[in-house]
Amino acid sequence: MNQERRTELEAMALKVREHIVRMSTDGGCFIGASLSCADLFVYLYSEWLNINPDNLTDLNRDYLLLSKGHDVPALYGTMVELGWMPAERLKNHLKSNDHIYWHPNRNIPGIEFHSGSLGHLPSVGLGIAMDIKLRGGTNKVVVVTGDGELNEGTCWEAALVAQAYKLDNLIFLVDRNQFQANIRTEELIPLEPLDEKFKSFGFEVKRVNGHDFEALEAAFSSIPLAPGKPTAIIADTMRGKGLPSIQERADRWFCNFSGEEVEQLLKELHGEAGASLTSETLTVR
Amino acid sequence: MSSILNQFPFTEKKDTRSGFGAALTKLGETNPKVVALTADLAGSLKMNEFAKQFPDRFYQIGIAEANMMGIAAGMTIGGLIPFTGTFANFSTGRVYDQIRQSIAYSQKNVKICASHAGLTLGEDGATHQILEDIGMMRMLPNMTVICPADYNETYAATLAIAEHDGPVYLRFGRPSWPVFMDQTRFPFVLGKANVLVEGSDVTIIATGHMVWKAIEAAEILRERGVHAEVINIHTIKPLDEEAVLASVQKTGCVVTAEEHNMFGGLGEAVARVLSLNYPAPQEFIAVNDTFGESGTPTELLTKYGLDTPQMVAAAETAVRRKTTK
Repeated sequence: MNQERRTELEAMALKVREHIVRMSTDGGCFIGASLSCADLFVYLYSEWLNINPDNLTDLNRDYLLLSKGHDVPALYGTMVELGWMPAERLKNHLKSNDHIYWHPNRNIPGIEFHSGSLGHLPSVGLGIAMDIKLRGGTNKVVVVTGDGELNEGTCWEAALVAQAYKLDNLIFLVDRNQFQANIRTEELIPLEPLDEKFKSFGFEVKRVNGHDFEALEAAFSSIPLAPGKPTAIIADTMRGKGLPSIQERADRWFCNFSGEEVEQLLKELHGEAGASLTSETLTVR
Repeated sequence: MSSILNQFPFTEKKDTRSGFGAALTKLGETNPKVVALTADLAGSLKMNEFAKQFPDRFYQIGIAEANMMGIAAGMTIGGLIPFTGTFANFSTGRVYDQIRQSIAYSQKNVKICASHAGLTLGEDGATHQILEDIGMMRMLPNMTVICPADYNETYAATLAIAEHDGPVYLRFGRPSWPVFMDQTRFPFVLGKANVLVEGSDVTIIATGHMVWKAIEAAEILRERGVHAEVINIHTIKPLDEEAVLASVQKTGCVVTAEEHNMFGGLGEAVARVLSLNYPAPQEFIAVNDTFGESGTPTELLTKYGLDTPQMVAAAETAVRRKTTK
């Protein structure tokens, strides 16, 4: 990836983060997890996945399944920047006249499956990967999971079966932002060593900085990392990435900011002074 | 000489699950889109022949039912028609959230095929004898719920659901049971009830294994001068409301019979139709809001009030209530 392309992607990611921040008011959104995976979506949809508005019913497209559904503002922001939907539509966030809300809804073109209840789409991803194998296709299935989501046993049921069926067209992409709801994962149900866990389940594993487009390219361009083996990419990310005033704060999980705070946060995204946030932090929802 | 039973001669008993297994193999030959999955119960679900003949289209998922439901949902994306096979308990209660979100809400063309339903599972006891599954599946929007009466009907239903676009819950069982549903006389048509016996005094609406008991009950009732109409409701959702109403408008009272809790199943589905359109006395042959236990199928049906004598008594009560209400 040349410097120019990297700069373009970084600019796009900044715009995606602006969309996310704008969705964190008037009802709010899961801003922290959305900011942690924004770069992943920007990279995958811009550079790696064969998915676009014209091939959404083509069986030979690639598939991305957002299993940790509550970070969907990052996906919608990416879709807007790629021209899949007008930015205007994001103003429908949480309105009953549209399907843009806290969790993915497949009435939005590009959303393959409903999600929200966690731990479902690893299994669904397996089914799609099996269908592709049965058809003799070469397309790929990426299942984006949270790290907290890996508490769900179905993720590991799916991992067991993925290696049994040698699904080297299947990629589990873990947004390893270190938090679940209002606590660090390692303080609640420790996951590390996560790479070793996936390896012991028969996955080929890469651990990358999930905010570094070159590192993501290096990891994804060599998939399948090993023929006959499913891939796990553990993307080390930062919850709230881009906003120092909420970054890595356990209490800034779900946020519903005032309009004034949103304006401050937009400036903070661009490197200006930190926002002074007075909205109540949310420890339960 | 019996008059009603003579109309339903049977020469053998077979388990309904074998009807499913045989039809699945048939679908393997006739419909290349059909694939089958099991959670380590291929033998119990009679799926081994399909597995042998179509190994590329058979998926052993291991003892991971929730995973199996998600995989089945994913497999539909290119038009495959996945049939999942495990026990009814593990096909519903254990995996309800997967079915709810990834199959029913997502409107995926998955056929959830469930054996060992109800008390007639027998010796496994209450952990395995699910009596709530019809209710759980009925409550899901987009879901079709089918409970065939014998081997022949299970075979026909299995073939039929492959042609139906949408999620289906197909419930069948373990015990050997009379094979009496002649498909030339009473063909399986999804959503269409079959009137097996015509009568004027009371309607017995039964599903699954209880249909045979209803025929036996009708025979006894006839000897006592009560003319019972027997309806086989194999499709519990969508319910054939027209058939229910036409019959009850004629007879004026009804007995519903199902191998299920009295809450949430066929009985309440019928009660809803009647209360909206034609209120009538109704008696319920169903399990009285309790769990089952280990025992032989015959013992358990008697103990829990699902046998022929109880159905006769229920019909007589219903008839009595017509005049005393």
